[in-house]
Amino acid sequence: MNTRGVANGRGDFFAALPGRVFHVWLVASCVLVLLFIVAPLARTVVSPDAHRMWETLRDTDVLRSVGLSMGASAMAALLALIFGTPLAYVLARKEFAGKKIVESLIDLPIMIPHPVIGIAFLTLAGRGNWFGRLLGSMGIEIMGTVTGITVVLFFVGLPFYINTAKAGFESVPPRLEKVSRSLGAGPGATFFRVTLPLCRRAMLVGMIMCMARALSEFGAVVIVAYHPMIAPVLMFERFTAYGLTYSQPVAVILIVLSLLFFFALRVVSRPRRRHA
Amino acid sequence: MIRVNSLGLCFGGFCLRDVSFDVAPGEFFALMGPTGSGKTLILESIAGLVDQARGSIHIAGQRVDSLPPEKRNVSLVYQDNALFPHLSVLDNVTYGQRYHGIAEDQGRRMALELLERLGLSHVAGRLPLNLSGGEKQRVSLARALACKPDVVLLDEPLSSLDPQFRGDLRATLKELHRHSGLTFLMVTHDFVDALTLADRAAVIRGGGLEQVGAVNDVFRKPATAFVAGFVGMKNIFPVEGREECALGKGEHFAVSGATTSGNVALRPEDVFVSLRENPSSEKISLPGTLLAVWHEGFSWFADVSCGNSRFTAALDRQFLAQGRLDPGQPVWLGFAPQSLHFMPGC
Repeated sequence: MNTRGVANGRGDFFAALPGRVFHVWLVASCVLVLLFIVAPLARTVVSPDAHRMWETLRDTDVLRSVGLSMGASAMAALLALIFGTPLAYVLARKEFAGKKIVESLIDLPIMIPHPVIGIAFLTLAGRGNWFGRLLGSMGIEIMGTVTGITVVLFFVGLPFYINTAKAGFESVPPRLEKVSRSLGAGPGATFFRVTLPLCRRAMLVGMIMCMARALSEFGAVVIVAYHPMIAPVLMFERFTAYGLTYSQPVAVILIVLSLLFFFALRVVSRPRRRHA
Repeated sequence: MIRVNSLGLCFGGFCLRDVSFDVAPGEFFALMGPTGSGKTLILESIAGLVDQARGSIHIAGQRVDSLPPEKRNVSLVYQDNALFPHLSVLDNVTYGQRYHGIAEDQGRRMALELLERLGLSHVAGRLPLNLSGGEKQRVSLARALACKPDVVLLDEPLSSLDPQFRGDLRATLKELHRHSGLTFLMVTHDFVDALTLADRAAVIRGGGLEQVGAVNDVFRKPATAFVAGFVGMKNIFPVEGREECALGKGEHFAVSGATTSGNVALRPEDVFVSLRENPSSEKISLPGTLLAVWHEGFSWFADVSCGNSRFTAALDRQFLAQGRLDPGQPVWLGFAPQSLHFMPGC
């Protein structure tokens, strides 16, 4: 019996073991994670029968809630563009004391539980608070209004916009702005003629992410405005009142909408080839 | 055209100290210095891109310290060309014209003329991404000139180019300066660029100026041992006065006018190496030992020890063709006394 050959065989097996374990782990994890994400969504999508799905698509309550979700989310993304862009630019270009604190504050809406956001807005802008009364005197109602929904969605989506736009501004070489200034353009003209066009895509990606995030929000909105109903609240209501079967078609609509956003994000963020 | 007076500032832990120099209208001025000496910081101070703490800057007779970059009427050309990637070549060139009161039609005509002079007409509609390095830098120059600035500031404009494009662009730069009559201030650490292009030059070290003068004077008559070393004078020896430089082990040579202590410098091109002594009353001749023969590109050099000192001499092809040159071989060094440059007190 060739003992050296056996020993060598065992040695080779143990030498190759880390590689094999890594390979198995790699393949198994990838398959499991993908299944974990796709399986429940795919099962939900195929659950409602065509008749119920068609009925749901014709249901004015559903259409109204999906429209409201889309409209309020789009408005939140627009607000993020208008109010978040300057802050993203400042964070990308300027160094100042407390910058890390400001960056942490911006990320706060991602971290805190979403019902807390709803409660915080009610505390600040409810009628029991002077600020809420001030807003009320100006005709601005937060509680149970589209305004309230938009404000909450703006709040939860803002970090996604600011962080993406900031990365976009950081990718524009400061030398381009310096050259622009030396050629006679002021800071504003430089921003609109050089910086903005160069990170337009990053800003668009930020808006899509902000809108997608806003579209999926439930916890904060349900506290500030149960009515008028956005799609996730309607789905929740149908689930609690009628059960799974009636909530599934609304869930399918939300999944399809999310996929559309995902697709748009991929298309927009794909590197563009420039040709002469 | 440019007057920088006692300029001082600190930026990112680096400080400029009391920098003063003038650039005459229409002059091509080179600001030289090693990496990290503060050259670009001076350029950006003149452009108004960094805030100065002390001193004053005048451009075209106007004090510009408190003016923002866009009000100084200077154009900047960076080594990486910094073209706007989303604009075509023509749009890059016409970018600044609207801020200088140049009408659109006139500006476009000017830009096309500039592009034609620079051999870039065929790329006017292209994006910068589709240009070669040399073309990009020429577009950058055209952009700087197209808005008729008082001063063109060039930050190592040739350093990022391949050697074969460098010569072409150097000639282009010289032609553009001659044709435009504008004042050019160029930052460089390349001797050939400075010697070929500049009328006058300044050498900066650690944020302070070491010498300002005609470019030939800076290269032939450096003011300090640092400048001498920087401009390629590899042979620098201390002098203790008495009009003599002692090399150790009894070897010495006369340095006319060296009555105080200082340094004497000698360019390698002015030192001759021979295998036999060639006595001449017009030359200083010293015995030495060959240490090494080496080359930089097509230029060959020899390191020769003499006394306790080391000389570097440029070798001509004739000498190299004489045969084997082995380390340890006895040789003779020769140089004209006029080639010696004495720098007192440094």
